[in-house]
Amino acid sequence: MSWFGSRSGGRGTFARGIHPPANKQFSSGLPIEVVDSPERVVLPLQQNVGGPCTPVVKARQKVARDELIGKGEAFVSSALHAPVAGTAERATMITLANGRHMQAIAIHAEGPQVEGQDLWDDIFGGHWPKDCVGIYDPQQIHEAILDAGIVGLGGAAFPTHVKINPNTRKPIHTLVVNGCECEPYLTADDQLMRQAPDAIIAGAFLAGYAVGAERIVIGVEDNKPEAIASLRAASGRTGIEVAVLKTKYPQGSEKHLIKAVVDREVPLGGLPADVGVAIGNVGTMAAVARAVVRSRPLTHRVVCVTGAGVVRPKNLLVPMGISVGELIDWCGGLTADAARIVSGGPMMGFAVADRATPVTKGTSGITVLVKSDLEIEASGPCVRCGRCVDVCPMGLVPTKLAQAARTGNLSLARRHNILACFECGACAYSCPAKIPLVQWIRAGKALAARHQGR
Amino acid sequence: MTDDTLQIQPAPQPSGPVTDVAPSPHLADSGQTTRAMMVDVLVALIPVVCSALYFFRWHAVRQMAICLAVCLAAEAVFSAMRGRRPPLADGSAAVTGIILALSLPATAPWYAAAIGSLVAIGIGKSIFGGLGMNLFNPAMVGRAFVMISFAGALGAAGYQDPQSQIDIMTRATPLTAFQQSGVVASLADLFRGSTNGSLGETSALACLIGGLYLCLRRTAAWRIPASMLAAATVIALLDTGLSPHGWTVLHHLFGGALLFGAFFIATDPVSSPLTHRGQMIFGAGIGAWVMLIRIFSGYPEGVMFAVLLMNGFTPLINRWTIPTPFGGRLNR
Repeated sequence: MSWFGSRSGGRGTFARGIHPPANKQFSSGLPIEVVDSPERVVLPLQQNVGGPCTPVVKARQKVARDELIGKGEAFVSSALHAPVAGTAERATMITLANGRHMQAIAIHAEGPQVEGQDLWDDIFGGHWPKDCVGIYDPQQIHEAILDAGIVGLGGAAFPTHVKINPNTRKPIHTLVVNGCECEPYLTADDQLMRQAPDAIIAGAFLAGYAVGAERIVIGVEDNKPEAIASLRAASGRTGIEVAVLKTKYPQGSEKHLIKAVVDREVPLGGLPADVGVAIGNVGTMAAVARAVVRSRPLTHRVVCVTGAGVVRPKNLLVPMGISVGELIDWCGGLTADAARIVSGGPMMGFAVADRATPVTKGTSGITVLVKSDLEIEASGPCVRCGRCVDVCPMGLVPTKLAQAARTGNLSLARRHNILACFECGACAYSCPAKIPLVQWIRAGKALAARHQGR
Repeated sequence: MTDDTLQIQPAPQPSGPVTDVAPSPHLADSGQTTRAMMVDVLVALIPVVCSALYFFRWHAVRQMAICLAVCLAAEAVFSAMRGRRPPLADGSAAVTGIILALSLPATAPWYAAAIGSLVAIGIGKSIFGGLGMNLFNPAMVGRAFVMISFAGALGAAGYQDPQSQIDIMTRATPLTAFQQSGVVASLADLFRGSTNGSLGETSALACLIGGLYLCLRRTAAWRIPASMLAAATVIALLDTGLSPHGWTVLHHLFGGALLFGAFFIATDPVSSPLTHRGQMIFGAGIGAWVMLIRIFSGYPEGVMFAVLLMNGFTPLINRWTIPTPFGGRLNR
């Protein structure tokens, strides 16, 4: 196998897209802080794309840290583990940040917990072997990922074992690792790349080996020079490349990252595997390394709590299931002018109504916006200026899609390929008339999907 | 049972600031507004307005004052009739007024300017449902209405006023002079603007400065003037190549309203196509029609009719040029 395969590649960017103010200054460069172990964690039974997991603990049952509490049964589903030691409570219904109601297992923490520097060392510290190809075979790596309940940590939360699968019928030539973090404000991945590059490199190497990739490329936007330097230093003789990409939203979209790195277009309705690419986030790779090398499940993640609405923005290492409110309190609470709490970044994140909402595997950040961020003029009529067409990374005509959605014109929506939209929001961000374009399109997609079955 | 138990307990107040929810994206580009686009057009018109004031003095002041006043008043009245708050703040009526004024000859009677403005806003825009809904460029609708209604005052001959104090107004427009008597205007005059013609069209230099500003600011889609001028150049080359007559390609480009139309009239976003390919077709269509009218029709100039004609094709062009999305077409 050649680890120095052809260097044919993309141009580090894609067509169209936008340049919103990065606003990374709030939490950029702040060392990851380990949050104190909470008294209670709430773990929704579905934190991923696909099916929910089945609980395997009963109420009042003692659980140890890392113990399996939910089993993924469908192929596209994922296991769940206890991030703290304690007692399981009765299953409750909670509302996730994205508005879905979901059954959840709460665990009341009891006894001594691993905390502070010990927890950091346990998760990201120590030695990470970067040449362990001979030790693990691809099937073993796949099963370790499955057992650890790893999902994509970039936000989409697609189960990783489905992607890092040696039995795939489509040959994979390149593993692309997503270190773009193109959402404004967010700095969690940036800080992880700076502080734990060895775990990322080790995980990428294992994942790349498992899928049979000839080439492993970590794509990082050029506004993160420290992360790029850190990864390059850590990559050593592994042959893993670090591609410096143009800072542009949505560079971290998987289709656009693949275009920027290997110059292939994932066909509409297709998967990265269709163009011979497997793709995963940097945090996911670190979790893969931990799962394979140390046989440990995914129980903690790095979350960035940021924005002008937080008193002291921070990058945090947190257990899954801790509440959004606790994280905000850990960062000094909300400022007086805080106006909206967003789970994720401001472009695609979900506004959180209830501060008890738990952090899940897909929570990359908590962005708290203030009143002045949200001062948007009332929307006016479309003057067909075409700004949305100029910025749409999918090459669509957003104003036509919004019009089709608003009038319920499904044939117009289909003619304009409404299902190709992945809701990045570049159109609504750029619209001079402040028309909620992507919001309309979202409604239209739901309508089109409902009618497709008939 | 005491009164106390009947009292409704106030809901617990959330501690700290109240936060709201909304669907993403949570940010918008505050620098881009419809008003800012209209202001951009007015800024881009400054060189053209200055050249009009310089060459036509009070005639330019008079036309612009009438058109601006009537357009704004008509916008207010028609919006009120439709039960809408007068949306004068968006600046679109002002843009229509100035562009209409600049497309009129200095000699146009006051009632032509006033009726043109009323028709531009009323029939050109309000009747379709206001800003963003009109099919045709409002200023050109008003211009066409008065040109047909008052053919004598606004036809080619109407531009000339032998009694005028202003020298250039005593002469025929360059295109008319060429069409009727084969007189070829000097390129320098066409470039500078010291010829007779509609107020805003005479100076190629002013149109180029304002137009380039609009394109660089991306307020105007550069594809429209680019394809329009390219099409006009190709046809002009054929024309002058087949029968050399002194009226060169540059005369075609700098003379008449081609540049003013390319940068300020054809680029009206509402009545031009949305898609990039559509904008190329639209611009090329206008350029071709302008040249066909100039060369083969009785009219010396054809920008207005060419724009209106292609405006009519805009919905069809949009439909024909749905772009292929990233990753090819969905399998349907």
